[in-house]
Amino acid sequence: MAKTLISGNKAIAQAAFDAGCDCYFSYPITPQTAIGEYLSEIMPKANRGYVCAESEIASINMVIGAASTGEKAMTSSSSCAISLMQEGLSYAVGDQLPLVLISVMRAGPGLGYIYPSQCDYDQAVTGGGNGDYRIPVLAPSTVQECVDLTHRAFYLSQKYRNPVIVLSDGLLGQMMEPAEFVKYPYPEIDTSKWALTGAKGRAPRKIRSLEINEEKHNQNLQHIFDKYAQMEREEVLFEEHNVEDAEVLLVAFGTMGRNIKAAMNLARQKGLKVGTFRPITLFPFPNKRLSEIADKTKKIIVAEMNMGQMIKDVKVAVNGKADVVHIGRPAGAWLDETEILEAVEKELGGKYAASI
Amino acid sequence: MQQVFKLPDCIKKDAKFTFCPGCDHGVALRLLGDAIDECGVREDTIAALCVGCSVFLYDFYDIDCLECPHGRATAEATGIKRARPDKFVFTYQGDGDFAAIGFAESIYTATRGEKVTSICINNTTYGMTGGQMGPTTLLGQVTTTTPFGRSAELNGYPMKIAEHIALCDGTAFSARVSLDSVANIIKAKQAIKKACEVQIKGLGFGFVEILSSCPTNWKMTPQEAHRHIREKMIPVFPLGVFKDVTKG
Repeated sequence: MAKTLISGNKAIAQAAFDAGCDCYFSYPITPQTAIGEYLSEIMPKANRGYVCAESEIASINMVIGAASTGEKAMTSSSSCAISLMQEGLSYAVGDQLPLVLISVMRAGPGLGYIYPSQCDYDQAVTGGGNGDYRIPVLAPSTVQECVDLTHRAFYLSQKYRNPVIVLSDGLLGQMMEPAEFVKYPYPEIDTSKWALTGAKGRAPRKIRSLEINEEKHNQNLQHIFDKYAQMEREEVLFEEHNVEDAEVLLVAFGTMGRNIKAAMNLARQKGLKVGTFRPITLFPFPNKRLSEIADKTKKIIVAEMNMGQMIKDVKVAVNGKADVVHIGRPAGAWLDETEILEAVEKELGGKYAASI
Repeated sequence: MQQVFKLPDCIKKDAKFTFCPGCDHGVALRLLGDAIDECGVREDTIAALCVGCSVFLYDFYDIDCLECPHGRATAEATGIKRARPDKFVFTYQGDGDFAAIGFAESIYTATRGEKVTSICINNTTYGMTGGQMGPTTLLGQVTTTTPFGRSAELNGYPMKIAEHIALCDGTAFSARVSLDSVANIIKAKQAIKKACEVQIKGLGFGFVEILSSCPTNWKMTPQEAHRHIREKMIPVFPLGVFKDVTKG
């Protein structure tokens, strides 16, 4: 199939359309506004739902409303505006509704700015809404993955009846690369057993998280956590290179996953045994595989465009079996391959110095 | 024999209202149920419910219901209607839900002319949490958060919801009614039905604000509460139709 030169933001928009997204509601915020602009043109033409909402609070709740009818629904936003959606995300989990949120990170805290940043890993992965819950997070590193993981987000959200986040950033959102718009590759999930469509010829349905009965409330929450356990068994995705003989493992997600590969190539040219590991699902996190690698590789460098967020999950996975250090930057220019290589040489230098 | 009284099909046959004695929610639910039945849309109805006493509608109604976060019912109704334009969609909210925490969503749903119907119960207080000052609390009214009475200087003025909604170009119908007397209940029924019909005809947003008693939090008997509506509330919140696009 022919490839199209397209930005990450527009690729996500087209992929959502191709996945059968029936309703898209959002409020503008840089650096993700192109998603809404793109869909504002093609959704109404296809007789699908589109509203430029009055706020992100409204847009996430419109998405919940559309999702309650069993239709595929999505919103997109960024950083401080996703803070406004946390209530809605928590409700969507409690109501067990499938929806997709595209999060294109800017640099915070507060209004921050639109510099490249990965400062909202924690916001996406550990959430800011109330209650004991998780949301699957898929982190693309290329425009092609923007397409593929947007498709997958719709599938997973419907399979598990839970919100799913695609975690992109301003760099990937603006970057143009060739991408192939493959047909939506997943089976359609039947929503007719639970969706609100009017109580015609069947008992009325209530979608709600309120449960006054304590035992029933516990059962409902246990069911949600059973789904998370299934995700951890079935949905973990990652990419790894040269881990078998690696003395240093570079770990990064999203766009930084590109730069650790470049750094690894430079290191290998110098004869340094460096491997890379990129979690694609940030929840469920690839704990098992990282733990296996840490049996042999004792130096792990986590490179993030933040001051240390994913590193906490890496440390949990490694569980003390390897030294885990962080290199990062709060916002602005990304860590390039030479900076990452310097960190590698520092780590190896330390080891060699200690052995003399 | 002619049957002159029956339970609306919307209301469950075994429903037992759990509202406080003298509360007007039960009357409002009956009127809305009658209107939905008469419009013949019960089996095509999806309700977006709020947080507060109004949420219990789903315990009493035989229809599909979605529980919404506090104040967000009109946004969720928008999503439902955009996804399924063929369905009848309504919200049933209190004044705090519709006009305080959710006013942005409410006014924009009206402004966009969403083809949904909203019923707002105005009892000048937050009933479920025990009677705090809400957006419609009267000047001088004692609540648990205005122990010396609502002061305009300290707390601002009560909001005129139906008038605000009538100002929106997307609104097809906006009225304020009262449940204090049989005559007013009959008028309330007509207004609720009209607010449903404008949705079904695709004319725009249909809205009814219902002046409704809360004897428990007002610390009154049901009779005193209805007198309070007549003597204290209606002078501040005049009854009437503020917009009706079906009338030239």
